[in-house]
Amino acid sequence: MRAIFAGPEYAPRTEMGLFEKLMHLSWGLVLLVCLIAGAGVLLLYSAGGGNWDPWAAKHAVRFGIGFGAMILVALVDLRTLLRLAYPLYALVLLLLVGVEIMGQLGKGAQRWIDLGFFQLQPSELMKLTLVLALARYFHGLPPEQVVRPLSLIPPLVLILLPVALVLLQPNLGTALLLLLASAMLFWGGGVPGWVFASAIALGIAAVPVGWEFLHDYQRQRVLTFLNPEADPLNTGYNIMQSKIAFGSGGLFGKGFLGGTQSQLAFLPEKHTDFIFVVLAEEFGLLGALILLGLYALVIASGFRIALASRSQFGRLLALGITANLFLYVAVNIAMITGLIPVVGIPLPLVSYGGTAMLTLLIGIGLLLCVAVHQDIRLSKSGLAEW
Amino acid sequence: MHDFESDRQRLFSRRTLLLGGLQASVFAGLIARMYYLQITEGTRFATLAEENRISTQLVAPPRGIIFDRFGERLAANEQNFRLLLVPEQVGSVEEMLTRLNAFVTLTEADLRRFRRDLRRKRPFHPLLLADNLTWAQAAALEVRLPELPGVSIDVGLIRHYPEAIATAHVLGYVGAVSEADLKADADPLLSLPAVQIGKTGIEKLLEKELRGRAGAVDQEVNAHGRVIRRVDERAGTPGQNVTLTLDRALQNYVQQRLMTERSGAAVVMDVHTGALYALASHPSFDANAFSRGIGQETYSELLNDETAPLNNKALAGLYAPGSTFKMVVALAALEAGIIDAGHPVTCYGAMQLGNHKFHCWKRGGHGTLDMIGAIRESCDVYFYDLASKVGIDGIAAMARRLGLGTATGLDLPGEKAGLVPDRLWKEANRGENWQAGETLIVSIGQGYMLATPLQLAVMTARLVNGGVGVVPHLVKQIEQGRREQTEWPTLGLSERHLATVRRAMSSVCNDKRGTAFGSRITDKGQEMGGKTGTSQVRRISMAERSTGVISNENRPWRNRDHALFVGFAPVGDPRYAVAVIVEHGGGGSKVAAPIARDILLEAQRLNSAATRRAPLPAAEFIPPNPANRPQTSAAGAGEEPSD
Repeated sequence: MRAIFAGPEYAPRTEMGLFEKLMHLSWGLVLLVCLIAGAGVLLLYSAGGGNWDPWAAKHAVRFGIGFGAMILVALVDLRTLLRLAYPLYALVLLLLVGVEIMGQLGKGAQRWIDLGFFQLQPSELMKLTLVLALARYFHGLPPEQVVRPLSLIPPLVLILLPVALVLLQPNLGTALLLLLASAMLFWGGGVPGWVFASAIALGIAAVPVGWEFLHDYQRQRVLTFLNPEADPLNTGYNIMQSKIAFGSGGLFGKGFLGGTQSQLAFLPEKHTDFIFVVLAEEFGLLGALILLGLYALVIASGFRIALASRSQFGRLLALGITANLFLYVAVNIAMITGLIPVVGIPLPLVSYGGTAMLTLLIGIGLLLCVAVHQDIRLSKSGLAEW
Repeated sequence: MHDFESDRQRLFSRRTLLLGGLQASVFAGLIARMYYLQITEGTRFATLAEENRISTQLVAPPRGIIFDRFGERLAANEQNFRLLLVPEQVGSVEEMLTRLNAFVTLTEADLRRFRRDLRRKRPFHPLLLADNLTWAQAAALEVRLPELPGVSIDVGLIRHYPEAIATAHVLGYVGAVSEADLKADADPLLSLPAVQIGKTGIEKLLEKELRGRAGAVDQEVNAHGRVIRRVDERAGTPGQNVTLTLDRALQNYVQQRLMTERSGAAVVMDVHTGALYALASHPSFDANAFSRGIGQETYSELLNDETAPLNNKALAGLYAPGSTFKMVVALAALEAGIIDAGHPVTCYGAMQLGNHKFHCWKRGGHGTLDMIGAIRESCDVYFYDLASKVGIDGIAAMARRLGLGTATGLDLPGEKAGLVPDRLWKEANRGENWQAGETLIVSIGQGYMLATPLQLAVMTARLVNGGVGVVPHLVKQIEQGRREQTEWPTLGLSERHLATVRRAMSSVCNDKRGTAFGSRITDKGQEMGGKTGTSQVRRISMAERSTGVISNENRPWRNRDHALFVGFAPVGDPRYAVAVIVEHGGGGSKVAAPIARDILLEAQRLNSAATRRAPLPAAEFIPPNPANRPQTSAAGAGEEPSD
């Protein structure tokens, strides 16, 4: 690989040895990730009624595998990622189309590819590859062109293709997450403020139209969210029980394995989307604040890495991954506390689930990769000199 | 050259800080929400979680026991062994059923219900496999339970009546709670499947007292209703025990004695207190079968039976009192001061009133009789004479004072009021004027007159107890509540006149010329008095009278006369009043009087026993053979229907 010369004030950095890379690895972030995943194992142990089976042990093993993947990704050269951004995006888009066709043919809701040891959901991977592709695009876009509306067309196409496919599945939650994360990336990429203002205005105006396109069960979720007590035994049941479990935790909680709502199966999906409620019930507001604090620290590290990066690609990649993490946490907690309708968004590293775990750890691997390569300046393509 | 790159970096930093601020405020919002749920509303949600967790299950209290006056059980609770099975704890349900068949014979109905429940209920719910196991079956299963996983024996309580047939009409029976019961009564206890509710009789009347209050068990359950553990237990209050005035042995005897006839009723009452010692209606039914739940077929059969086994004839059967009413007319005349006991009337076999000829039952006539003689020989013409002197309103007033024409006030539902006609009644109900001839017909207890056997017993008691207005009752005492009333106000009748009536009733039985002499009691000090009666079911036509009245035996059962007898004993110091009716039994002296005699004898025998005896076993009872009845003497020869 050829040397890249940055400005005269910076020491030119070209190649880094493995040891050097490991030295630059953000070990604080790695520790935070381990703490959060450890909390996940603990909560899944409780959700299993005080058993390693069926969730806690598997979760720990998956984390172990994902942890390795995370470190591997962190050690990949950032320039390689820049080069591979579009091809990876195209590959995952193809996978998305593939499962969509398979799903249509099979009349089933199967939107994953069975890899034997776990089920790969392309829509999860798309969260990463879309960030990569957008970061790649804005990295390569001359700064003065970012204000030109025409230059926004390619990234919009990059976004809308996967969003449309995910909506077809239908997976409203993931589609919204893709949109919001992309919006934050646009923001960081320097897209002018008026674009966001008009997009928000357009979005509000489109709500009645969008309502027409929602599936019945999706509408039901929204209606249930607006008035959960109206039908407490059916669709409102989950969110009611979730709020009861959450609220009954109080300040200190009912103690480990002492959560009556979660232990007595009143809590739905307690091992996946509603795992935070187990925490809130058994460890109270205090426990919930500690985990939320850990997430806040992860997100803050993400921002720090983004700000410290010397390349636009690194900055935007870190920002996009951080935005995704933030959205996972915020949407999940807002959902289980009854602030927004039920959308199937897991809690990062804590909820039981293979693809999400792997996607998130690879994403954090990307974050770490940006941190490792923070001082490397990249050309537009990752090859040529800037 | 302008450094676009550093511009870009500055813009990125500014915007990233802004974005970080936005995200921080979102987190702040989430924390506020968490604070609201867990601290502000924490107590409310904690309560809701507790309500989720705890399921309160009611525990049925034992139903109150019903005793007779001597403390013997009339209604009690028996252990009901039920075979239960928890499907998820049984390896193979079919295999287990085969194994269980060695201990219990499972009926088709049992299996059908079990398989239906198996489909409908969650696998951890205990399902009922068989009910009403015998003690032997339950014991055999109990010892094998360790080898029968998921099988259990549940001991419940079921109502049991030791004298189910004899007491069915008084006690009534219990049954499953109906929709209507649930609507009328909000007691949560009624929603328990095993709870039974009083459907008729004392069981219904004293339902509130007998039921008791439910206990409760708090159980921790999960979202599927599976019980995790028992948290708390609160004892209920057992139902109150009730003591009745009945004498179980006498009640049983009376019921059995009536069984010698096809259909009838009898009432035995304490003349001073109004306590009912026996109140029987025959035929009866098996209350135990009802409390276990009888089939529709059996029920329809009972309902359609000509002899109305479900009907308590002692208080809901209405009969013309016939000649048993003659004491009322006599007393009305004496109290009115129109005549005295020596008043003579000569009977030629009929009396002419206007265009009508009113016959005496004795075709040749009785000759000249005074009041005592007229009652003794049941002369109709004598009472035609008194009735025409007293008038219908005077007779009706006396009848009412003695307890006829209105419900007696018995503490048991279903009592009929009967009918004592007078001028006002006829004008109001028939829109016609009272005819003088109708007074004559009423005077011999026919026509519009209707009374229940209970009313006739009350009438008799009031005649022989010195004119005290006793009211009959069955409830002697409720555990924590009321006790029976035994003192009653006097009716204000002249003791001299009452003595005359008593003497007359005594001579009915104890004088050779009396209509019930053949059924007299010869035991010293236990003699009875009384009055026979024959209640006509069908009018006797002129044509029939000219060709000779068709004898009872030659008529279809339902057209035969009712046989009645009212009596009391002992004559010297009356204690027991009795009223007996044998539906379509024929003449009172032939059929009803012997039954009354046996009942009064048994009542006195039971009472005189120094120590209380064990209940008379049903098997040892030999009903008197009608063929062996003492023949009536010539003078007391059977009474024919009065006209």
